[in-house]
Amino acid sequence: MENLQLVLPEIFIALSIMFLLILGVFKKNSSNLIQNISLIVLLISTVIIFNETIEIKKFFLFGDSFVIDYLSSFMKMVTLLSAFIVLAISKNYLKIFQISKIEYPILILSSVLGMMIMISSNDLIVFYMGLELQSLALYVLATFNRDNIKSSEAGLKYFVLSALSSGLLLYGCSLIYGFSGSTNFDVISSQLNSNEYSLTFGIVFILVGLAFKISAVPFHMWAPDVYEGSPTTVTLFFTMVPKIAALTVFIRFLFIPFQNLIEQWQMILIFLSIASMLFGAIAAIGQTNIKRLIAYSSIGHVGYALAGLASASNEGIQSSIIYLTIYIIMNLGLFSCLLMMKRNNEYFEKIDDLSGLSKNHPLLSLSLLVILFSLAGIPPLAGFFAKLYIFKAVIEQSMYFLAIVGLLSTVIAAFYYLRIIKIIYFDQEQKKYDEDHSLWLKFSLMISTILILFYFISPGQLIEVVSRINII
Amino acid sequence: MDFPIISALILLPTIGSLFLFFTKSNNESNFTVKYVALFTSLVNFMLSIYLWYLFDQNTSEFQFVEEREWVAGFVNYKVGVDGISILFIVLTTFITPLCIISINNSIKFRLRDFLIAVLIMESFMIGVFCSLDLIIFYLFFEAGLIPMFLIIGIWGGQRRVYSAFKFFLYTLLGSVLMLVAIISIYWISGTTDVIKLYQLGIDPKYQNLLWLAFFSSFAVKTPMWPVHTWLPDAHVEAPTAGSVLLAAILLKMAGYGFIRFSLGLFPLASELFTPLIYLLSVIAIIFTSLIALMQDDMKKLIAYSSVAHMGFVTLGIFTIQQQGIEGSIIQMLSHGLVSAALFLCVGVVYDRMHSRLINTYGGLISIIPKYSVLFMVFTLASLGLPGTTGFVGEFLILMGVFNDNILVAVIASVGVILGAAYILWLYKRVVFGKLINKDLEKMIDLNKSEYFILVSLAIPILFFGFYPEPIFNTIEVSVDNLITMYSFNLTNK
Repeated sequence: MENLQLVLPEIFIALSIMFLLILGVFKKNSSNLIQNISLIVLLISTVIIFNETIEIKKFFLFGDSFVIDYLSSFMKMVTLLSAFIVLAISKNYLKIFQISKIEYPILILSSVLGMMIMISSNDLIVFYMGLELQSLALYVLATFNRDNIKSSEAGLKYFVLSALSSGLLLYGCSLIYGFSGSTNFDVISSQLNSNEYSLTFGIVFILVGLAFKISAVPFHMWAPDVYEGSPTTVTLFFTMVPKIAALTVFIRFLFIPFQNLIEQWQMILIFLSIASMLFGAIAAIGQTNIKRLIAYSSIGHVGYALAGLASASNEGIQSSIIYLTIYIIMNLGLFSCLLMMKRNNEYFEKIDDLSGLSKNHPLLSLSLLVILFSLAGIPPLAGFFAKLYIFKAVIEQSMYFLAIVGLLSTVIAAFYYLRIIKIIYFDQEQKKYDEDHSLWLKFSLMISTILILFYFISPGQLIEVVSRINII
Repeated sequence: MDFPIISALILLPTIGSLFLFFTKSNNESNFTVKYVALFTSLVNFMLSIYLWYLFDQNTSEFQFVEEREWVAGFVNYKVGVDGISILFIVLTTFITPLCIISINNSIKFRLRDFLIAVLIMESFMIGVFCSLDLIIFYLFFEAGLIPMFLIIGIWGGQRRVYSAFKFFLYTLLGSVLMLVAIISIYWISGTTDVIKLYQLGIDPKYQNLLWLAFFSSFAVKTPMWPVHTWLPDAHVEAPTAGSVLLAAILLKMAGYGFIRFSLGLFPLASELFTPLIYLLSVIAIIFTSLIALMQDDMKKLIAYSSVAHMGFVTLGIFTIQQQGIEGSIIQMLSHGLVSAALFLCVGVVYDRMHSRLINTYGGLISIIPKYSVLFMVFTLASLGLPGTTGFVGEFLILMGVFNDNILVAVIASVGVILGAAYILWLYKRVVFGKLINKDLEKMIDLNKSEYFILVSLAIPILFFGFYPEPIFNTIEVSVDNLITMYSFNLTNK
């Protein structure tokens, strides 16, 4: 008998999805209610996982295909909390666009469920199942503003390209299965010796598929269009949550079955990382739309997280998890600001719309200032520490080239962050924006700003939590 | 150690700025914000004087050291002072209140935000001078970019955006290599604690590259030729108080860094690269002095003169002799006071005439005599007349260089003459001569606060010019120890 208690959060979310679907069908105008219930569901799942983590070691379930360990618990909590906040701050936005439908929270819940399965997967098939569940939900979310041409285009584009990458990924899985005789990560790792080179093919295909999901260069083409076209709250979801799951799979997939093939995949990761950092920094310079700019900046940030993984050490893994966590907090703040730029039920997303913001909205601009300098990695803000840990891990492995390229691209990236700050602080003011924001929006902006600003007081906390994740 | 006096020095301005943050008023008519800021910075000044008073001059050990675990197993928050750093802290806390007083008309809007930026800047600058851990040092060193960027960008002149960007990106580009070097030091030596690193020494085979990485950051910040071009832009566009902070304190961070880190941690590499520094310094001295001669913008002229003066500083540091290094420290302190005063002098006439061009002025002596006299004092201090701190510094540096390399010393001495030329010519064109521009007749002489600021800058310049003994006493033992350690490391490896 399996210890089903360990997968209680997943089961709970799955049952809630079904319940909410039925509720939505039978009760009219229940979108508000369903949204609130979804929030509670997410919160309860977080609490369950949090309670489990305290004594957790490492458990395998369902014929070793599902794993619960500290990594999975931590990543699931980050996923659930991010999803919670996204859902909480999207209410007003959805209402204004008149897309406040029951499907929205349910789709978010389903994609979260898919991600949780991905995070815990210890088997290629389970991993693929989770991946598809979350992707299918995300396609629909991208087109959620269905009367808008850009949104539909975004969804379609995402669907086509994502399907292609899933195909590649599946092909990689089949290659690995063919050469090692199993889909289970642990079994594969014991079959390594004989088929090293043939397995490398499989690894490459799977890495391509994963790189697509986290939008690393050169598989990033979809990101700017999809980010721009999707409703802003969905974009926020895209920039944060799927990346957590994909990064976890990256970690598990590379370090459990293929730890001995480091030389084979390290080069690929270094390339992905350098290309993403440089491309993200350079391509963002010419952007005029904030959401597109965030897309490029997120490509760059993924590059840094990958740099941590490329160093192929526990330190490196921990540093990229820290990086991702801090990045999520910064992104949350940035999007909260974006969602506050609204005047008479119209949202603004051009960079020029920020012009002179500091005169009319001093607090909002101050938060943006903190967030942007943090994204640029200037001390003493949280973003600096995120980069510090990454480069600490990278330099430990004497990968100086990677470190220097990474740091130089922070200088390039600093330029476009400074450009936004310039527009906010140095340029002519415009009309005021509305100030009747929902409590959740204000709350998320305040929390993220405070966390970023005062992270330096006790930077050890996050490290201590993350340092319990030891994969190698 | 009961009272964490150094942390108090670092934190106090930030606390003051938090206090300002919660005052609602942001209009120029309200002067309470100014008094809050002034009060905070004055308390900090007293505290630093008290620190100097408590400071034991007979030991080269770091004093008032505070250590606290920060990131377990990686970085400790460690601060402390020795003879080299303490005077820079006093300089910082001395200049900041003067900056705040000087804001009368120059900042026309968002006075509160400006004061917050200045106070936070003060915190960071003090932090730079007393951090005893490389990561903490880097943190403060880089963090200073944020307030300075805003000061130039929001309250600056016509081309403020360009200058602010140039300042930020130049400095950041220089510094990221230093970050790589710092993390490498952590992996090579297992610690970033400066005191421990002094004892352990750094593996000679890495020293050259590490030295170059630190150099790339300090050279931009000093600034040394050929990466000095951000400085004239930043100075010209920054508001007066910003220029003062930039010239008086920010530039000293790099000189301090050279002494503390380049000499202290990488003696072998410093020995190797001394000719490079000599070359760049001499070029800076001659080249920028010549450029200064050609300027028609007063602020730009003083900015170029700063580059030349910092050339003397780097020259003196890398003589690695008692006179040279002591001279450099005094030159830095002196330049801190003198350049601050000169920028304030420009600010005074700019506030009245809204022009920085030299040919707008002429014949000021008959209209505003008090101003002309004080301006004279600072002009003479800048060219290094005996009886001013400028002389003490330059003289000692040249003495050190003469012992080391006569050719360099001769060229540098030519630089002294050029320095006298451009600054006296500036004075002549602005203050003497015929009164051609009739608008100038409406100018009023220094008001009380301007008079107070300039006099309080003139006093230490003259006092320590005639009697530099207190400065020597403070820095002597530490510099001596630095050189002993340096030559010990050189012979033993």
